[in-house]
Amino acid sequence: MMKEKKVSTMKSNNWWKYIVGVGLIIMYLLPIYVLVVMSFKGKGDYGSYLALPEKIVFDNYIKIIKSGKVISALKNTAIVSVSVVALEVIFGCMAAYPLSRNKSKFNQYVNSFIMAAMMIPALSILVGVYTEIVKLGGINHLWAVVFVEVAFGIPLSIYLYSNFISSIPKALDEAATVDGAGVFRIFWSIILPQLKPVTVTVMILKGVGAWNNYLYPSYILQKPSKYTLVLLIKQYFGSSSSVVDLNSASAVAVLCVMPLIIVYLCLQKYFIKGQIDSAVK
Amino acid sequence: MNKKRRVQMNILYIPAVTIIAVFMIFPLLRGFYISFFKWNGYSSNMIFVGIENYLKLFKDKYFCVALGNTLLYGFGTALLQNVFGLVLALYVNSKFKGRNVVRTCVYITVMVSGLLMGYIMKFFFDLNHGIINEILQIFGADPVYWLGEGKYARIIITFVTSWQYVGSYMIIYLAGLQNIPSMYYEAAKIDGGNSWQVFKNVVFPLLIPSISTAGIQGLISGLKLNDVIIALTKGGPVMSTHSLSTYISFSYFDSESAGYASAIGIFLFTFIFVLSGILNKYFQSKEVSY
Repeated sequence: MMKEKKVSTMKSNNWWKYIVGVGLIIMYLLPIYVLVVMSFKGKGDYGSYLALPEKIVFDNYIKIIKSGKVISALKNTAIVSVSVVALEVIFGCMAAYPLSRNKSKFNQYVNSFIMAAMMIPALSILVGVYTEIVKLGGINHLWAVVFVEVAFGIPLSIYLYSNFISSIPKALDEAATVDGAGVFRIFWSIILPQLKPVTVTVMILKGVGAWNNYLYPSYILQKPSKYTLVLLIKQYFGSSSSVVDLNSASAVAVLCVMPLIIVYLCLQKYFIKGQIDSAVK
Repeated sequence: MNKKRRVQMNILYIPAVTIIAVFMIFPLLRGFYISFFKWNGYSSNMIFVGIENYLKLFKDKYFCVALGNTLLYGFGTALLQNVFGLVLALYVNSKFKGRNVVRTCVYITVMVSGLLMGYIMKFFFDLNHGIINEILQIFGADPVYWLGEGKYARIIITFVTSWQYVGSYMIIYLAGLQNIPSMYYEAAKIDGGNSWQVFKNVVFPLLIPSISTAGIQGLISGLKLNDVIIALTKGGPVMSTHSLSTYISFSYFDSESAGYASAIGIFLFTFIFVLSGILNKYFQSKEVSY
């Protein structure tokens, strides 16, 4: 009896929460809905953006895939994202080990240098970066994008790894030292195997960032054959309004955003953990 | 640890430090150097002008507009994201069925690149055919040229960005709320506090670390805002929605004043550096522990 009563009062107190919840869900899914719906509309379909397609057509997808642009953009995006993530994971955990284990005065300077680099707004050094990439011959090369992104992103990855390594007991290192293991051996066989959880976090954060990155790729990659997906989206949406083909543009955008959303829905708890861990003061 | 081992260990950070130095610190210094020259960005003709580019900053009307916008984007988004982030966190932290679905949906837009979100928002804010104007017309109101007038476009940029990324702040506050031991709530309830008193006197002070983290993060990312502006307005109409970031890009590539663009960059960098230093100090003095 008691229990039943409690349940019913809880329900009656909660009705507004459901209304708010439904409102929020609509508010956040509506833009994605509009994008998907647009990508399935035919050319002559001038209904409201909110309306479902008069007839579902796949022409937009067929067209963009046939043009070959999407495939090459997908390839470029994949190359950049995988390289950025790999370099940030490898160099990030390597750098974090000495910085969290050997807190000499000099290393503290190195550490604050890295943390200060995190504060530099990307565009504030645009002229410096761009002229340097021109000098190095990196315009229209994916490696230039990779290195610039790694430079901007690696401080956070070092920070995450340092926090994590600090929580691994030092006694483990010391025991291995007594057994005669060298520094690199300890890093390789004692520290590295424990870094899995934080590596997942870094991979997710950096993967999403690299996949979506627009800024420096847009300056460095000027040849359409080197475009990443986000640049292709810009090319489609950003052309002058009289010729812009919103349906094809939406199809490109759907292809860019869906992989991320699917990965996010499958690995949600890691995304949330990454969001919490990466909140740096 | 002996000295040899320490030195050996330090070898491990050389690659990371090298990349940061080559692709960030060196360009920063180079930009600082270029900021003392009049230069179009590509010719070999660089004229030393001393601090003239810096003196020009506050005489340039468009710079002042961009600075004002940057402050609006920074403080506006930080305020909205933190207030609504906290409210959403309290809401999703309360017990009801389906709260995880709501949380998942609110965070989903964080996955979308700011540039693309800007383009999607054009479906909503377009003059002709835009969803908002269609709804207005149903109620008999005249359509509004949302993105064609600086005063509206600025606000829309602020709101769109806040709305898109509020999920991040919700998660930060959610983590903060879940770190508060439930015995504090219980103790406060036994003492007879109502929910508002419990929130104000118990929860809020304990959330100060989250507020400082989320506040500073919101402010800095707002001050750096660029991609959504590029998609929605390209800085227009008549230069009215540029942030300092997009104005740097405009000055460099469109008006070909590399020296001036560098000076704005150094200004932006210094500004953000000093501001976040001050805020960190301020929040450190506010933290409490029981």
